[in-house]
Amino acid sequence: MIRALPIIAALGIGMLAPARAEQLIVSVSNHRVTVTPNYAGEELVLFGAVEKDDKTPPGRNNYNLVVTVNGPRTDLMTRRKERRFGIWINTDSRQFLQVPSYLAVFSNRPMDAIAPADVQRRQQLGINNVLLTQRVGTDYADVVATDPFRSAFVRLRKEHGLYREETSAVTFLTPTLFRTSIPLPAEVPIGTYDVEIKLFADGALISKAETAFDIVKIGFEQFVANAARNHGFIYGLLTAAMALMSGWAASIVFRRD
Amino acid sequence: MQLYLPIADIPINVLLILAMGAAVGFVSGMFGIGGGFLMTPLLIFVGIAPAVSVASVASHIAASSFSGALSYWRRRAIDPALASVLLTGGVVGTALGVWAFTQLRNLGQLDLTISLSYVILLTAVGSLMFWEGLRALLRIRRGDPVNLRRSGSHSWVHGLPLKMRFKRSKIYLSVIPVIAVGLLIGFIGAVMGIGGSFILIPILIYWLRIPTSTVIGTSMVLTLVTMVIATLLHAVTNHLVDAVLALILMVGGVTGAQFGARAGQKIRGEHLRLLLGLLILAVGVRFAVELVVRPTDLFTIRDTGGVAP
Repeated sequence: MIRALPIIAALGIGMLAPARAEQLIVSVSNHRVTVTPNYAGEELVLFGAVEKDDKTPPGRNNYNLVVTVNGPRTDLMTRRKERRFGIWINTDSRQFLQVPSYLAVFSNRPMDAIAPADVQRRQQLGINNVLLTQRVGTDYADVVATDPFRSAFVRLRKEHGLYREETSAVTFLTPTLFRTSIPLPAEVPIGTYDVEIKLFADGALISKAETAFDIVKIGFEQFVANAARNHGFIYGLLTAAMALMSGWAASIVFRRD
Repeated sequence: MQLYLPIADIPINVLLILAMGAAVGFVSGMFGIGGGFLMTPLLIFVGIAPAVSVASVASHIAASSFSGALSYWRRRAIDPALASVLLTGGVVGTALGVWAFTQLRNLGQLDLTISLSYVILLTAVGSLMFWEGLRALLRIRRGDPVNLRRSGSHSWVHGLPLKMRFKRSKIYLSVIPVIAVGLLIGFIGAVMGIGGSFILIPILIYWLRIPTSTVIGTSMVLTLVTMVIATLLHAVTNHLVDAVLALILMVGGVTGAQFGARAGQKIRGEHLRLLLGLLILAVGVRFAVELVVRPTDLFTIRDTGGVAP
């Protein structure tokens, strides 16, 4: 079941990229998403253009795009319940190590129409091909996409809008100008989001570009979060004092005797 | 009206949380309990992480029990001597409970332990209370005399040494069972994330024969102190107390508690016990069902941290 991971090879892909004939120019509508008290999810827009140069084969316009958005990485424990002694308890578990907390894959057509299976796997196109490292006993490995833990993990993340794959989300406005929207759910993790745009033609990668945006807490939210993290004791004292104050205030306001 | 919670990291509807706080506050004011065993599951239900729920509810219970304790204090319905003896055990029990909590988490079966203790404790206490309330009602309907405090029927508890006079409660009792009760409640409270009044009050009334007039106020003092300690411990060790969430809960809770207390005074004691018994039983059964019925999803995901190297 388990397919060992050629991590070194995966890291080397960038260097194996073919000679550039096209260049990608991209930009997101907002590089700094701020989480304010009334934040309830947001949608970013990614714009881009394919710029041809003299090395571009003439008349090539059959471009395909895959946009992958990776949220901040974290460890996620997935547990499976089983019936033991008549009650349902967590028995088996797998830990997913340093996997993206948010993962979105957008393209202009289904992955199979963009590149052959081996290219899809090598370029990690689509959630089924994205590397999700698990700790399996003492081993660290990704597994086949049909593994029950991996598929349950992806399904649960999708249900929360944190993982998504849409194969018609990228639209070409002209043969070289494209756009896609990046929906961010309300419970989006704070941190840096890497956006990777890969351009394909005739089943091969011909160019890629990277950009990023940050989701940050500002003002009061950041103040509270920092206080809780860095000054736990004072924060606790203040919360307790707040509790006593509101209890006291209520007993004054509603005093009858 | 949406508001983003800084620690829970999700947006919530302020009015919904306010209403939940008020509803639980009403129940807690009516029965003189903290209401943690209702509030924590409700918060988890609306999508707040269990750890954040438990930690933030502690401060909410502190607020509503302080407001309650103040009004009981003005009515001279708190026995300071009894409260301090209870606290002696309570503080030690809380510390032991936090230690046990850590041990259980290391063993990886904390959630199951919490669910099982909820089921056992709530169904047991709930059915006892319900049964007792029912019997009292039937007795009244038949016109039999109520004989809760049979004079001369002292149990072995009243033969223990180290006796102390609790003036306001007008009883003469050994401190050993009182400290033991405080210890037990502190321990249970820390492990299960509840105030524990709903167990404490029946023990004080039926086992230690402390008069009802001082029981509720005194138990609120114990709840108040243990929950303040719990808030501090959670803030220092886990950084999971969401002050914004806690504030919304407090505002709803203390308001609801005032109306609940008024409603509680209009209802006969037997009815009150019957209702509370039913409520506790219902929560216990709900936890039991969750354990027995096949869950809709067998898989769950939990963030275990792990910052990128």
